[in-house]
Amino acid sequence: ARGLAANKETHFGFQTVSEEEKGEKVYQVFENVAKKYDIMNDSMSLGIHRVWKDVLLYKMNPSPGILLLDVAGGTGDIAFRFIDYVRSVRERQLRRKLKHHQNLSWQEIADSYQAEAVKPLGDSQVVVCDINKEMLKVGRQKAQHLGYSEGLSWVVGNAEELPFGDEKFDVYTIAFGIRNVTHIDLALQEAYRVLKPGGRFLCLEFSQVNNPLLARLYDLYSFQIIPVLGEIIAGDWKSYQYLVESIRRFPPQEEFKAMIEDAGFLKVDYLNLTSGIVAIHSGFKL
Amino acid sequence: RATPHSPPSAGSVRRSHTEPAEDGYAGERDGGRRLYPGHIPTSPLQKALLATGSALVALYDPYRHDMVAVLGETTGCLVLPNLRDKMRNDPEGSRILQERPRIRLSTLDVEGLRWLPDGTLGREYLRFLEDNKVSPDTRMPAKFVDDEELAYVIQRYREVHDLMHTLLGMPTNMLGEVVVKWFEAIQTGLPMCVLGAAFGPVRLNARKLQVLATELIPWAIRSGRSANCILNIYYEQRWEQTVASLREEIGIFPPP
Repeated sequence: ARGLAANKETHFGFQTVSEEEKGEKVYQVFENVAKKYDIMNDSMSLGIHRVWKDVLLYKMNPSPGILLLDVAGGTGDIAFRFIDYVRSVRERQLRRKLKHHQNLSWQEIADSYQAEAVKPLGDSQVVVCDINKEMLKVGRQKAQHLGYSEGLSWVVGNAEELPFGDEKFDVYTIAFGIRNVTHIDLALQEAYRVLKPGGRFLCLEFSQVNNPLLARLYDLYSFQIIPVLGEIIAGDWKSYQYLVESIRRFPPQEEFKAMIEDAGFLKVDYLNLTSGIVAIHSGFKL
Repeated sequence: RATPHSPPSAGSVRRSHTEPAEDGYAGERDGGRRLYPGHIPTSPLQKALLATGSALVALYDPYRHDMVAVLGETTGCLVLPNLRDKMRNDPEGSRILQERPRIRLSTLDVEGLRWLPDGTLGREYLRFLEDNKVSPDTRMPAKFVDDEELAYVIQRYREVHDLMHTLLGMPTNMLGEVVVKWFEAIQTGLPMCVLGAAFGPVRLNARKLQVLATELIPWAIRSGRSANCILNIYYEQRWEQTVASLREEIGIFPPP
């Protein structure tokens, strides 16, 4: 019975807000933190978030030619990793091809170097989609700064209503974003819609810690330290208070798995990282 | 003391483990522990972390005014009650506590101040704001003080800071700020002022340090000691008073 009540309520961290308000409040949080987003990630997770994102790419194992949609991709961490991964796979491919053709003419060898230069990604592309313009702005600046230009596009869009046609992408990722979406089920349905048959859904998100002792330490760290870090580094206690609260509001691994299955995905599975502090959920549109 | 709180049960609370019982984390509750708008309740551990962190950041980057503010709030808890009592024991001070005036651009009659003769508090204050390109509206509201009246006291201290610059005749460069901090440290005893006074000079060159040590600091200390509590002056009602006469009344010696 979604949408029947005028002021349907939901949670914003531990607060109760109307669904409309939640979207606005989340937008403001990310608008405020955009510039310090990356440095805060490093500080809060002591750099471990980089490993989590690397594992996501490892699980994805993309090959050249894959089209990736990275939703809530904001500052581009997944997109850049994707480009690096595909580039190195492509280099290896080309080198292997060269090795197997020992009796090539010089012209043919020069041509293959050309191919590598012209298509370093082998037609792979990543579209970074985010609802928040500030986050995208930071992402674009980072891309320029780090030298990423090819195969990358930046689109403003809402995960619950993606501005893309059906069956366009091979892989859909959402890293640390789905927790902030007001209607997670809609986001999952949209993910299903825009994926090609055979496409893969991958979600990297904070989840429930399975070890009780670690859970206690994690809670202590989350609620005592993280907002303080937010105040000191970003001058913004409240946004980071929201962050740690929103993590606790998100469904645990099995429940989220069920939600993904409800959207139509098959072979849904999850991998716990760091004792369940984060989990990578994966599903296929078959 | 921080108390535990469980999240409001709006719709389905899908959680498989309970909230930490006695960590006293600060969350935005439905009015419960927040004593004034903008108040963020904090546990003693959080205050200690905030104090340390803000001290380090403020030292590293003195232009992070928000960190200086946080340092003041988290370390001021012992001293603020004394300041508040000094205000209560003074007729003008207790009026301020009751009426809670705030110095804001929206409440200041800027044009009216401009027409005041030179040498009056109002005219010189306005000149100070314009010369140094500062505004009273950039003062951060108190967040981490766990008492509503004390939050006002520290707020008043912050808003009066610019008037201190005017009365002491000090600009907002590093040297001027250090001198004002020395004065405020003697006057208020706030740890943040003491720290600022002690560590501020670190960033000055030798020549300035000399001027500071030989002339400015002794003057600031003498004035700070002899002056009445600066928080007890209802500045908003004294715009027409000349700076010189106000100095005399409070007990501040003329600047060197």
